[in-house]
Amino acid sequence: MTSPLEQKKIKITGPSVVTANRTWDGIVVYRTPEQGWSAKLADAAIVRTSDDARVLLAESVADDVGAIGAYIAPVEVRDGGAIKPGNLREQIRSAGVTIGLPVQA
Amino acid sequence: MYAYDELDRTLINERVSEFRDQVKRRLSGELTEDEFKMLRLQNGVYLQLHAYMFRVAIPYGTLSSRQLRQLAHVARRYDRGYGHFTTRQNIQFNWIKLAELPDALADLAEVGIHAMQTSGNNTRNVTSDQWAGVAPGEIEDPRIWSEILRQYTTLHPEFSFLPRKFKFAITASAHDRAAIKIHDIGLRLHKNAQGETGFEVMVGGGLGRTPFIAKTIRPFVHGSDLLSYVEAIMRVYNQYGRRDNIYKARIKILVHELGIERFAQEVEEEWRQIRDGALKLDDSVVEEIRSRFTYPAYEKLAHMPDELRKAAHDPHFEGWRRNSVFPHKMTGYAIVTLSLKPVGGPPGDATADQMDALADLADKYSFGEIRVGHEQNLALPHVARRDLPTLWKALDKIGLATPNVNLVSDIIACPGLDYCSLANARSIPIAQELTRRFSNHDTANLIGRLHINISGCINACGHHHVGHIGILGVEKNGEEFYQITIGGRADENAQLGSLVGPAVPYAEVADVIEDIVEAYLALRANPDELFVDSVKRLGVEPFRERVYATR
Repeated sequence: MTSPLEQKKIKITGPSVVTANRTWDGIVVYRTPEQGWSAKLADAAIVRTSDDARVLLAESVADDVGAIGAYIAPVEVRDGGAIKPGNLREQIRSAGVTIGLPVQA
Repeated sequence: MYAYDELDRTLINERVSEFRDQVKRRLSGELTEDEFKMLRLQNGVYLQLHAYMFRVAIPYGTLSSRQLRQLAHVARRYDRGYGHFTTRQNIQFNWIKLAELPDALADLAEVGIHAMQTSGNNTRNVTSDQWAGVAPGEIEDPRIWSEILRQYTTLHPEFSFLPRKFKFAITASAHDRAAIKIHDIGLRLHKNAQGETGFEVMVGGGLGRTPFIAKTIRPFVHGSDLLSYVEAIMRVYNQYGRRDNIYKARIKILVHELGIERFAQEVEEEWRQIRDGALKLDDSVVEEIRSRFTYPAYEKLAHMPDELRKAAHDPHFEGWRRNSVFPHKMTGYAIVTLSLKPVGGPPGDATADQMDALADLADKYSFGEIRVGHEQNLALPHVARRDLPTLWKALDKIGLATPNVNLVSDIIACPGLDYCSLANARSIPIAQELTRRFSNHDTANLIGRLHINISGCINACGHHHVGHIGILGVEKNGEEFYQITIGGRADENAQLGSLVGPAVPYAEVADVIEDIVEAYLALRANPDELFVDSVKRLGVEPFRERVYATR
């Protein structure tokens, strides 16, 4: 999964969201349509054009007290509107590690 | 153990206060992330996939039981109850909150532990042989020199903004357990023809995107000249190392592009100017550092006590002893390596409960001392051989007696795509599957010494280039694939592995590794020929034919 850390040219080919890590604790968050952040992918603002993605990313990056490392990530929007991560990296960020942790929560 | 003085304690405490203020300003928005990033990195704080990751240094791999308990405390209070020991004698906590980091640092500072320079473009944690000071045949304890280098490099103003990170490793044994040839500067303590002790200095080793084995730049440098000589190297690097391209910024690239002879000329010229200056190390300075290392009051003990003789009838104990217990410089004592590679477990992870229990065992059986090795295992360095059977039972109860040290399931692996923001593919599940495939101890012993190293990306934190079998995760069209190399090694005969065939998908990796091992068992000249020696003798082709013919 190519790291999206350096997104210079913004060109999306399908539905996408902006994701980042919350500044104070680092958890994975998604930019919402209300210009906030949510830990739930279901709450994320979906963009479908490169122009919209650019606007959403710029707004997200500007809020670096709220979250850091913002970037655009692909998603799949299933029938019925359910949003799923678009690749393994994002699936792991969304659902957690694919292994059992040494100490269960 | 090395005893910190007031200066060390003040330095660490001031650093905690400074970072507390920086975090406060960051959380209030006074500092932007761009302004803060370098500050957090200089304190070992990365941003990974799910959270911040906090990397704590364990200089030259030596820990006291008190320090280990404090690491357990940090794991429990600020993280998720475990830590991950890395290939550079650090421990990483994967789930730490930025807002709580100053408190975690303050707790660590109470026991003399810090995270300074565990990231960033500066000199990183100075690593050494985890058997330093106890290995038979060692020239002298390399930690003395590691500590001198640690003090010299910590917050060194001239080397706080190098072109890229810079790593030292030191050994004083003929057998290199510190992987010095894959470091920016590798130092080997040895005696010259006149019987004087000094250093063979190697430079330009490193893995990552462009791997190189270090080259000897000077076969002998006296201890008194060590700092001026390494300063000369670092000055040349600081001046000429590339800052325009992160992928070409390490000293290995400079050494490669200039050639070792030209690079050495530059260093000699610089050294000539500073050699007899302030960096000349007086014997008194070295002795002062040496005097702050305390050594156990060993007893006079029998090499083969009754307890050991009796326990030898237990095949489970013997299986563990054969692979985990190593000779000690003192008669009647042993070095015990503790595998952090249980079957199905993530390599290098230890829970807070294990750390606490091990600290207690270290107090009882190892003069309160624990070591951390680059293979992501721990060691108790001073165990009386009469205590081995009792210790084994106690280690078994806490899951630290897996008898696989140096065997096929003693796998080095980076955190991979499960944790790391740089990774292309997962490492840990591959390691877990391989430990299950090779969980039969008889089979593993039949195979013998075999190091599998796994990295989830080209940055090579899992040292895949120098694994006897190296596995590198790559991405192909959105899928995880793995390139496999064989014939690498990280010891005194360090060598980079060679590709054995095309990359294979995630689901096939364990099958391919099993086939490679089967090929080795069929091809080896005799049961004593190690895997890596068979590859050296035969080359890659016979393995490729057997493993890939039907794929």
